[in-house]
Formats: sequence, C-alpha cells, structure tokens
Amino acid sequence: MFLAAVIMSTTLAGYLAWAWQRDERSAFLPGTTTHGHYQIELACDACHSPFEGVTQEACESCHAEELELADDSHPRSKFTDPRNADRIERVDARACVTCHVEHRPALAGLMGVTQPSDYCFHCHSDIGDERPTHAGLPFDGCQAVGCHNFHDNRALHEDFLEKHVDEPWLRREPRLALLRTSRPVPDRDPLQVADHDAPSGIRVAEATIDDWQRSAHADARVNCSDCHLAGESADDEEDWNPAPDHEVCASCHERPVKGFLAGHHGMRLAQGMEPMRPGDARLPMRPEAGDRALDCGSCHTVHAYDREVAAVDACLGCHDDDHSRAYTASSHAQLFRSELLGEVPEGTGVSCATCHMPREKAPRGVFTVQHNQNDNLRPNEKMIRSVCQNCHGIGFAIDALADSELVGRNFDGLPSVHVESIDMVRRKIAAANVSRAP
Amino acid sequence: MKTTIPNLSYVFGRTLALSAVAATLTAFGCTKDSQAKAASPATDPQPGLPPERVADMLHSVMEADRTVYTRNVVNRLVKEQQVQIVNPDTKEQEAFKASEQWKTEHGKLPLPAQMFRMGAERVTDAKVGFTYALLSKWPINKQNNPKTDVETKGLEAVAANGGDKPFYGKEELGGKKYLTAVYADVAVASACIDCHNDHKDSPKHDFELDDVMGGVVIRIPL
Ligand code: HEC
Repeated sequence: MFLAAVIMSTTLAGYLAWAWQRDERSAFLPGTTTHGHYQIELACDACHSPFEGVTQEACESCHAEELELADDSHPRSKFTDPRNADRIERVDARACVTCHVEHRPALAGLMGVTQPSDYCFHCHSDIGDERPTHAGLPFDGCQAVGCHNFHDNRALHEDFLEKHVDEPWLRREPRLALLRTSRPVPDRDPLQVADHDAPSGIRVAEATIDDWQRSAHADARVNCSDCHLAGESADDEEDWNPAPDHEVCASCHERPVKGFLAGHHGMRLAQGMEPMRPGDARLPMRPEAGDRALDCGSCHTVHAYDREVAAVDACLGCHDDDHSRAYTASSHAQLFRSELLGEVPEGTGVSCATCHMPREKAPRGVFTVQHNQNDNLRPNEKMIRSVCQNCHGIGFAIDALADSELVGRNFDGLPSVHVESIDMVRRKIAAANVSRAP
Repeated sequence: MKTTIPNLSYVFGRTLALSAVAATLTAFGCTKDSQAKAASPATDPQPGLPPERVADMLHSVMEADRTVYTRNVVNRLVKEQQVQIVNPDTKEQEAFKASEQWKTEHGKLPLPAQMFRMGAERVTDAKVGFTYALLSKWPINKQNNPKTDVETKGLEAVAANGGDKPFYGKEELGGKKYLTAVYADVAVASACIDCHNDHKDSPKHDFELDDVMGGVVIRIPL
C-alpha cells in the first residue's frame, strides 16, 4: 500500500517535472479554462504569481481600465469601506476571483461567473421594500438580459431608461457618425506610383504598388520605407522588414492596436505568445481559415487597406457560426449593400464592424474605431449605447438583444420577447407624478 | 451671449491641496503606527491628537471643499453666470448644469453629493486609513442609508440637536475598532430642499430650510 503510494507520487512528480522541462504547460492546467482566458491559458504567469496565487493586480492589469470606463456599479472601494465589512463576509467582492474562479467549468456560467446565479440576494434581499415593482421577483433573474449587470449598467440604469422611455423602434434618421478616413497633408499631393521608395534590390509586384497608391497611406504620404524600414535609411536592403507586424502599425495607429491586443483577436500577441489562429478557436470557424495567424493584416488587406473588406468579408472569411452565416440575408446586410451602391446616405448600412467594432468618440470629438471586438460583446446590453441606439429605440434594442433566437438569425425579424424593465420605469414615473401632485 | 467656462483648475487645485492637508493630518494624528512610535503619556503629556480632534479637522476640510465646489463652481456657473452650452446632438443651446448622470451626458457637472462620494471612494482606495461618507435616514441613494448602530444613533443625535455638536461613537467592524464621528448636514440653501423634495427616489418630500438632512460620517481606525 505504502509502496504503491510512493511509486504513484514519484511517477506523478517525474511526469510534471518532465512536462515543465519540455514546456508542456498544458499538463498543469487544473481544468478547462473559461472562454475569456483559454487563448492565454498557457501563459500561466499572466495571472499566477509564484507563491501568491492569482493576485488582484493581475486581474486589474488587463481589466481595470474597462471597469473604470464602464462606471462599475460595484467598485472595490465599496467593499473595502469598513461599513460594508458584514457584506464581504457573505461575498468578498474586493477580489475578482471570489466570483470568477478559473478552471472550474462545472461552476462557470456566463462571463465566467462561478457564484450561484442568485447571489444578489446577499446584499439586496430587501429590494422589494425599496422598489415595489421588484417585490417577489426571483433573485436568479436579476441578471437576465435587459435587467441588471453586476458591473456595467450604463444602458440599463433607471435614469437612462427614463430618458428613452417612449422611443419608436426605429429612429427618424438611423445613422452612424462618420469617420475621418485619412488625413490629407495640407498643400501636398498624394504619393504616386513613381514616388515609391522600396530599395532597388527588393522586388515588389506592380499590383502591390497600385494597391498602396490607391490607399489612404499614399494620400497621407506614407511610403514603403515608413513601414518596411520603420523610418530607417531607405537604401538599406538588409534592414528591409518584409512583413511589418502590429507594433509597426502601432507606431501611428496606437489606439486601434491597443484595442486589437485587448480582444480575442490579439490577446495572445499581447502576452508575447504565438498569434491566435482560427483553428485554435472555440467558436465555429471555416476549416480553410484554420491556419491563418491573426495580425492587423488578417482583416485589413495589406497595402490596399480596404475598409469595406475589413467590415464584412474579413469576418466571414473565418467566422462560421449561425449569427455570422445569417448576416448576408439580414436586413442589416441589405442596408450595407445599399450604402455601398450609394442608394442610401453614408452611415446607414450595418456591417459586422458597425456593431462589433463601433465608432467611439475619442477626446476632442474625433471618432475612432474600437478594435477590441469583445469590448461591447458580453453582456450584450453593452452594445446598446455604443451601437443600437444610433438607429433604434432603447426598449426595442433591449428586447432584441434578449431574444437569443433573433440574435442567431442576425436580427432578421422582430423580437419575440419583451423585457419589462422599461415598463417598470414608466409605472414608477406615473406613480411619482401622482404622489407629488398638490 | 456665450460665456466661456472659467479656469476651474484653481478651484480643483485648492480642493486637492486641502485633501492633502487632510491626509497629512491623519498621518500625524492617531494612526496605530504614530501612536506606537509616540512617547508614552507618562513622559509626554500630549501623545498626539485624540481621534475626535482629527475627525473634526478632516470634517472641516470636507465641509470647506464641498462649500467651495457648490458656491464657486456649480452655483457660479449655473445660477450666477447662467452659462450656455451647445448640445452636440441637437446643436441647440442649452443651460450648463450639474446632473446626476454627468458621467454619461455631455457637458454636465457632478452634483456636490456625488463629488463628495467620489472623493470618499478615492480616499478608500488610497488606503490612508480613514474613510467617510454622506448618509441620511431619508436617502435618495439607498446605499446612503445608515447601516451600523453607531451610524443610526449618530444621525439621530445630530438631527435632535439641530447640528449644534457632532456625535462620537466607537464600533467594531470586520474585527477592527473605529472611532466614528457624525456631523450634521444641514439644508443651507433652497437648492438642497428643492432638489431632494422633488427627486423621484427621495423618500421624504417635506424638507425645510435649515433642516438636518443627513450627516457626514467619518471613521478613524483606533
Ligand atoms: C440637483 C440636486 C441636488 C441638490 C441641489 C442637492 N442634492 Fe443632496 N443629493 C442629491 C443626489 C442625487 C444624492 C444621491 C447621491 C448619490 O448617488 O450618492 C444626494 C445625496 C445627499 C445626501 C446623502 C443621502 C442621500 O440622499 O442619498 C445628503 C445628506 C444630501 N444630499 C444633502 C444635501 C444638502 C445639504 C444639499 C444642499 C447643500 C444638497 N444635498 C443638494 C441631489 C441633490
């Protein structure tokens, strides 16, 4: 018996040591990693510190900024305040890992939450007294789509709903803000084919030069050497970089690259790992795309940098789930085709990028494209403010997002579910008006 | 017609300076460390400030900051100068205002109570030791309801004495001992009662001028 135990533990220790030596880190994975982290599950030290486990700082190094921007409804400071000491005895919300335990697939629900779904009860059990509309509601339904989120409630907050309570399903001018595509250099003409400055020893296809010349890069007088030699002397063939990576792009396009690295397309690169490939994805992908390494050029056709391709074709070249496959036949896609044909005003069409890479107002009022396609994806109400409300009334948008079948059909049709939250707000306003009347 | 917004950095700079004073006071006041280092009372008749005095000093800073923000920022721009701004969606002029939804709306100032709470959250995050909050028995934001016995007693005491003097109590929370001081928050202007009486989330609609509307609660670890 004792001997068997010794043999077993020695064998296990031997195997783990061998695995560590060979960098076979997957041997150490204690259980399936969540959808949010599986891509970087072999970069153990992205989350784990030696002898300290998973520190709060590790979570915050990637997630603090988005929580701040989301106006987090339950910031850490709420729970480090001693007056809430009794609350943290029930759920210690000072640490992310209290509710998001990794490698526990049996417990993990949406957003990798490993708490039982009625956890709001611990602090809000008396909500029915404060809000008669909520009396008797089950606590496992608080976080149903369209009601509440633990962190981001910007599109669900009562005051926000109140402002949008009586909107029609479609706005009068359903349109997006326009982007400023390229910055023309004042008083200087775009570069021409003859201006290209690739060193003479580097062979460049004519089509490549044509693509570049028609691109915004040539308009802005960005030449071959600016990317391939990163501004070094343009004669130096030795230093020629045949395939500039995202870091080269970032030297001008800092915000988009930052977004790209934060999302599922670039998060491996952000950890210094090999790039993500569709073949490694958990979502359904087209088999022929399996081996493509994801970098800026995967979506932005290199040299041509065609934004129309990047908005739809690039996505559908890899993604092969119901929602993606239903896009082409949807009314959103119809609008996008009409926009490209010039039949409807610019900004009317709805491409994949319209919703998943929304245009956001950057400081000083300029619009930039959010290149982290996961930023507004889950919970999906995050899409309401940045996307849906450009064209739709809030009540309609909440219902549509709550209808998972409709999401699967890529919003072709009308919502068949109705979320009551906006009705509750309506009832509350009516009641307040009555009680305040003289 | 269009008044430009004056340089606010002066006011905010002052606010920050005051907060720094507050932090320094606690550091020198009565944290565990400084008490441990201080000479024993037998040899030194003044072993540092009693926590009640430190709380009073902190409160005076908070009160001053809140008044400066309310008078010199909100009131000045919104009421006195009636600054107009252009709404980026409708392109029409509208009055510059403080709004509860300042974070998500264009061109809005935070309400004084929110300014106060944001400051309190930053102080909690900075882990300097003390924490504070603006609470009330009739809160708009239900998080501002008293929770502990001392908070409840303190709010009742300052409401009963009309804000003449603060209330001090000791309590143990999460295994640690605290001095908890409560200072009356009085309806000093009609704006206080107008906004609270009219607010849809307010449980009380008959506040009058000079009523004690709630209290500032300051907690200092012992
Ligand atoms: C424009 C509206 C408005 C004005 C003016 C206003 N308040 Fe408030 N007050 C609020 C709101 C909203 C909150 C809740 C803030 C939060 O989310 O914590 C609040 C919070 C408070 C609280 C904490 C308890 C609670 O109700 O949540 C007190 C006490 C308070 N205010 C007192 C005052 C006093 C005293 C004045 C005048 C000096 C004043 N308020 C002016 C809107 C206002």
